[in-house]
Amino acid sequence: MTISINNSANTKDSSSTANRFAQLRRRLSRAAFVATLLAASLPIAAQDWIRTGTGLGVDKLRLAAPEFKASTTDPRNLDLVQTFNTTLWNDLATAGLFEMVSKSFYPLEIPSYPSDLKLSLWAGAPVNAGMIAFGNLGADATGLVAHGWLYDAKNAQSAEVLGKVYREEASANGARTLAHKFADDILVRLGGGTPGIAQSKLFFASTRSGTKEVWMMDYDGQSQRRLTDFNSISLGPKISPDGNRVAFSSFVNGGPSLMMYSLELGRMVAFPRWGGTNLSPAWSPDGSKLAYSSSQSGQSQIYLADTSGNNRKQLTAAKGPDVSPVFNPRTGGQIAFVSGRTGLPQIYLMDTDGSNLQRVTEEGYAVSPSWSPTGQLLAFAWIRKYGPGAPGSQDIYVMDLASKRWIQLTHTGGRNDFPSWSPDGRHIAFQSNRSGVEQIWTMLADGSEPRMLTTTGANSQPNWSWK
Amino acid sequence: MTPHKTPSFYSANASKFSRLFLAGAVASLLIFAAACHKKETQASVPPPMPHGPAAPTATLKVNPAGIQQGQSASLVWQATGAETVTIDPLGTVAVSGSQTVSPSASTTYHLVATGAGGTTEATARLTVTPAAVTAAPPASVASNQSEEAIFTQSVQDIYFDYDKAEVRDDQQAALKLDIQFLQQHPAIRFIVEGYCDERGSTEYNLALGASRATAVKEALARAGITANRIQTTSYGKEKPFCAESTEECWQLNRRGHFTYQK
Repeated sequence: MTISINNSANTKDSSSTANRFAQLRRRLSRAAFVATLLAASLPIAAQDWIRTGTGLGVDKLRLAAPEFKASTTDPRNLDLVQTFNTTLWNDLATAGLFEMVSKSFYPLEIPSYPSDLKLSLWAGAPVNAGMIAFGNLGADATGLVAHGWLYDAKNAQSAEVLGKVYREEASANGARTLAHKFADDILVRLGGGTPGIAQSKLFFASTRSGTKEVWMMDYDGQSQRRLTDFNSISLGPKISPDGNRVAFSSFVNGGPSLMMYSLELGRMVAFPRWGGTNLSPAWSPDGSKLAYSSSQSGQSQIYLADTSGNNRKQLTAAKGPDVSPVFNPRTGGQIAFVSGRTGLPQIYLMDTDGSNLQRVTEEGYAVSPSWSPTGQLLAFAWIRKYGPGAPGSQDIYVMDLASKRWIQLTHTGGRNDFPSWSPDGRHIAFQSNRSGVEQIWTMLADGSEPRMLTTTGANSQPNWSWK
Repeated sequence: MTPHKTPSFYSANASKFSRLFLAGAVASLLIFAAACHKKETQASVPPPMPHGPAAPTATLKVNPAGIQQGQSASLVWQATGAETVTIDPLGTVAVSGSQTVSPSASTTYHLVATGAGGTTEATARLTVTPAAVTAAPPASVASNQSEEAIFTQSVQDIYFDYDKAEVRDDQQAALKLDIQFLQQHPAIRFIVEGYCDERGSTEYNLALGASRATAVKEALARAGITANRIQTTSYGKEKPFCAESTEECWQLNRRGHFTYQK
């Protein structure tokens, strides 16, 4: 992990632009992102799919992000600047908030400092930028330093929205981290106050080393690295809300047991071993409890325990396997889970004491629930038209729990599974075999802009960090 | 989340739905382009032309194809349209099934499936390489090994229907043989492993495999096999026995498998 030498200095927010952004924030509110789509899905539930044009009819903010130039003469700058620019553009372009102004429209004079910036050239045609992000970076003896600014192109009187100095180590990783931090500072200002996700991580299982192990990577697919080396079957990693521990299942000691890895310590930490098949740990949002599935009493049932594994309590007792619990991340008071008690697996909700059971899906084969950060929406994998002659593809769906209305997000056929919401609720990571082999993908939460993040081996069960 | 005042929808259709989403502030707009895009119904496959009784089909596989002396491999076969199936050197076997084999030398297994439509053959070769020279094991270990060998060759897997964890009627004969063997060898402790086919989701299949293992354990316990001899575990679809996307392969993967416990 990167060591931050000096996080910030000289942050300046222009309050005079606050009113201008108030309207923008409303428009970009994350709840609205999918809720609107669901509202409109009412008449088309019986149809195969709808095209959800998120942002169509609402002008997305046009953002210009000219490339940063080197501010020092250090020979390492060549690679570092390019890495920074690629990462920053990717962070902004995939955020789902902006229409990135094509670089071919940019003026010839690219600003590195506010004094270089001719605002009218960026505000007017053909650029028509609403905002411009620019700056410079360079390596020196102390590390890598970036100066980043965000200017409101339409507010010449008080254009500066953000001006900040960032420092990291002078490495490719440091350059990426600088870009992520600058991107997150832009995203929180232009994204309705919701923190950006450029520094978030994904945890997943991969077979690329020969056996299924637990891996992690940056949210954009960079810095993929292995956490376990059991040479067994290890799967279903779930990162704790504070980002310090990873719970997962492994066969390394025989039947599948829950295990715990500490990212702080860089090693496994002790966790009790029980008999039977123990699976699918899920963290409560306050980090104090784990829900999981265990067959210690015969059938797989949902249990609740402290994160130390103590104080186990059985929550379900139906015939038919219960698995894949997940807490409502906003309230912590409800658990969604999968049960085969009526035959094919369906998704259910219950309170964390096992009471108030309600069935969510009514047909098909429904698995892998993932709760949106607001607690309003549930993503899951569904073979909706199940049975002979039915298409039988497994796709990712999102359901509004209050109304039980759903929309289908993937339409590629094949097997799409294990959706996991990004912390800002604007993206969903999932596993898909659409490329021929199971890989980790992300998409916007309306199903658009799918991107494949892994390429080597079979990769499965992505889990997005909480922040 | 603070509810926002709801601005007007931008879609002509949307206003009548807006009341459904008071909490959701409205930002995005959607279009219904391609809303009527219907998936094409697949034409049903015409039934095959009647042409007298069809010749039996038969497959025979061994996994892995090569072992070291003393190790074991799984022999898996499936036949259709056959009344009798023999495998040399095993003798007459069920029409479809599997068996663990541990020959001391390379062996070619020869399956003959005979039915009303004729005879079909299949072969599979298992290559056995001599084990590295080691010191002779103590006698007690040798006797355990032979008990394990008898166990793996005698105890048959129990197969399941898709998404089911109940022991089927057609598996009762195999279950009865397993119970007989286990009653005759009361000292043997063993693990029942539940497996699933490749369809469906990883986590649910692991839970389903646990249910299958439990179903086998409970059936054995009802027949008087002491429960503390039996451990259960599930591999779900993580360790498929057969790797093809065919119904016969899926059936072979939906099973409860017995492992000798030392």
